[in-house]
Amino acid sequence: MSKIPLQFRHNGRDVAIFVDGGTNLLVALRELIGDMTPKFGCGQGGCGTCSVLIDGELHLSCLTLAETVAGRSIETLDGMKQGPNLHPLQRAFADNFAAQCGYCTPGMLMAAKALLDRNPSPSRADVIEAISGNICRCTGYEPIINAILAAAGGRASA
Amino acid sequence: MAVTVKTFANASEAAGALSADRSARYLGGGTLVMRALNEGDVSISTVVRASDQALTRIDASGPRIMLGAGVTFARILAERDLAFLHAPARSIGGPAVRNMGTIGGNLFAPSPYGDFAVALLALDATIAVQGGFGTRDVPIEEFLQARDRQAGALVLSVSCTRPASTDAFRYRKIARIKPKGGSVITLAAHLPISGGRIAGARIALGSMAPTQIRARAAERALEGRSLDAATIAAAASAAGEGTSPSDNALGSAWYRREIVGVHLRRLLSGQE
Repeated sequence: MSKIPLQFRHNGRDVAIFVDGGTNLLVALRELIGDMTPKFGCGQGGCGTCSVLIDGELHLSCLTLAETVAGRSIETLDGMKQGPNLHPLQRAFADNFAAQCGYCTPGMLMAAKALLDRNPSPSRADVIEAISGNICRCTGYEPIINAILAAAGGRASA
Repeated sequence: MAVTVKTFANASEAAGALSADRSARYLGGGTLVMRALNEGDVSISTVVRASDQALTRIDASGPRIMLGAGVTFARILAERDLAFLHAPARSIGGPAVRNMGTIGGNLFAPSPYGDFAVALLALDATIAVQGGFGTRDVPIEEFLQARDRQAGALVLSVSCTRPASTDAFRYRKIARIKPKGGSVITLAAHLPISGGRIAGARIALGSMAPTQIRARAAERALEGRSLDAATIAAAASAAGEGTSPSDNALGSAWYRREIVGVHLRRLLSGQE
């Protein structure tokens, strides 16, 4: 079976790859582009650790057919840091002990970014709703919620 | 194994490709079909898609609203005219799933999923389906009963009743994980009032049978009466009649039968 040529923007950079029919975006990002930040968790849409932004909207890359992103813009955690500096959300996650094993963190950060890009000053309920599709088995969620609120607060006062 | 992906600009061409190939599945938002591919479902060898704009149309004017099958839950939540559908749309997945999942796909989501279809069943939905035979409108109950045999047909759109008031439509999903989780049971009630009495009650239940079903005995208990305590008690005690829930990790069949009346009573009496 022949491969399908695919071009899209990956963290602001144009990329071109060849994918097999039915390849999901997570596999395309990890195995063909080498961006290991989105993680494979469940492959079912239940855990959220493969979350990426497609044209600014939160999507699950493991449930996205790779060829449907042709010409679109994909953002992953790999593109979040600003030069040598951490993004304010990453800084807040570190400061608030919001990562333990770290496996959910890429998805949590993308879900948090999707929230703050639309709503710079969310309520606690907004934050809980925003990360409701992301499962964390270590932190108990409270440090993550606090980190996102802290990043939003820092942004508002900056 | 790699699958062949066929993308069509036009929904009827996609429907033709779907009905011509038993191993073809239609890919909407991806939350069902990509999951099956990720799990190595070898029964799928062709994936059919359509980029037809008609599939994402919303017509919210008039007493019956029309939603294209490709409308996502996030789109519904962004439409102020569809406020009556916000509770069922919000009860599904997290934000990513709502950005992806479509109302057409939800009609095929097996238990414990398919919560939006519970709301549509209470709102007397009609499903516009295109198959090898052409396009036809199918009542949602008939559609859900024959769901396993619908694989070769493409759902184009769904229309349903707009409730006359916010009080006339109620929805409740019981989940163990808050705010998101699979359904233990899901309930929706459409209670049109005419001259102070209920006329044309429809109660729909999710996770109480292999597909979403109507609680007809409870509907009969409500019909022609005013929504007082005695009527609500009668409907609640009839809620489990005709249901056949099964055991799963979220709850046992016994537990579902025990709580369905409790939650119907709370839904009808407007309790949180």
